[in-house]
Amino acid sequence: MSELLELDGVERTYPFFALRDVCLRLDAGQIMGFVGPNGAGKSTTIRIAMGLISHDRGDVRLLGHSMPGEQAVAKQGVAFVSDDVGLYSYATVGWHLEWVASIFPSWDADYASALMRRFNLHPEKRVKGLSHGERVKVLLTLALARRPRLLVLDEPTSGLDPVARHEVLAELMAVLQDERRGILFSSHNTQDVEQISDRIAFIDRGRIIDSSDKEVFLDRWRRLELELPDGVALPSLPGVIDVDATGHLAVATVNAYTPDIPAAYQCAGARVHGVQRMTLEEIFVATVMTSRKEQAQ
Amino acid sequence: MHTKLTISQADRRPMYLQLIEQIRRRIAVGDWGPGQEIPSIRALAASTRVSVITVKRAFLELERDGVIVTRQGRGTFVADKVDLGRDLRGQELDEHLVAAAEIGWDLGLDAEALAARLREIVERKDEKRT
Repeated sequence: MSELLELDGVERTYPFFALRDVCLRLDAGQIMGFVGPNGAGKSTTIRIAMGLISHDRGDVRLLGHSMPGEQAVAKQGVAFVSDDVGLYSYATVGWHLEWVASIFPSWDADYASALMRRFNLHPEKRVKGLSHGERVKVLLTLALARRPRLLVLDEPTSGLDPVARHEVLAELMAVLQDERRGILFSSHNTQDVEQISDRIAFIDRGRIIDSSDKEVFLDRWRRLELELPDGVALPSLPGVIDVDATGHLAVATVNAYTPDIPAAYQCAGARVHGVQRMTLEEIFVATVMTSRKEQAQ
Repeated sequence: MHTKLTISQADRRPMYLQLIEQIRRRIAVGDWGPGQEIPSIRALAASTRVSVITVKRAFLELERDGVIVTRQGRGTFVADKVDLGRDLRGQELDEHLVAAAEIGWDLGLDAEALAARLREIVERKDEKRT
């Protein structure tokens, strides 16, 4: 069994929001970045996967166990970190470590101490006196030191300073040295996602609007800078999702790039001034905009 | 073994190309010698904080170019015969020439005209040098 998580046709309807036909799959040895605007359904999807919210339709399998029915077994091997996972304000950091260690036999005390040192956390400190960043680091320590097969992180780097973000990403990558493990993390920091993810899924308005290997994603997209001499009209080409023309200049956005596209423009009389790769952030925004335009039609 | 590779976010090139260049440089300067085992994909991914799939892609291209060799179940090694010392600067030059050729193409210059432009520039440089 190499799938850590599988969602198939998952739906959930709320009065003002609905998840529609959500399909996701995370294999062992991989990191999946789950990207979406605010309110897109990232947290709802993750909470359904964790068995914290029920779904109306579809199948959820976590470490091969059907959710939410078999969640007690599944959760032994899964750690979930999110802003709203509670810590007890009046208890110390050390108390939390001991508590989690007493529940999970997989707890690695040496690794926990190493993480505490690296994150500059003090066991005798009360949670009440911690900054937001420190609180996130405590939650990550509690999750990582269990050495779970699957780590699920809802916005793990939001609100962290650049140094802390750097440290957290390093720890996440260290997890992947073991190819039986995997990570699902949601974020709107596309730079983090672009750097460490093997697979990427975009969600908007309750639907998965694109999902594939990161390298495939980055390879498919290009932006072409074109010059249109008088009387030249651009042909419509497959793979070109947007053309923004003003005066004699135009920018074409392509989501299925091949060298045939600039060649075809050249044939039509346009001049190609540049073919640029796009960052994941630019790809994300373009994907969301295209999907919204299609749905409006 | 020196395993430090760095990815620059200011570099517009894709991350796998940056990795390829740095691995080639490690080999070119002799840090990673012929036949020597190099770090695994997962170890490099962890130390550079770059996804496994990106490092895998860099390894595949380096294998295809005969720079490294993967032996199933044993690890990845620098190829026995690989001479990148001179090659690396040569490749850099080629990249610039490719870029120049592309601009020339955009400007509608044919191979002759482009070569003439280059000759002119070289001659002008030579005059300055002497």
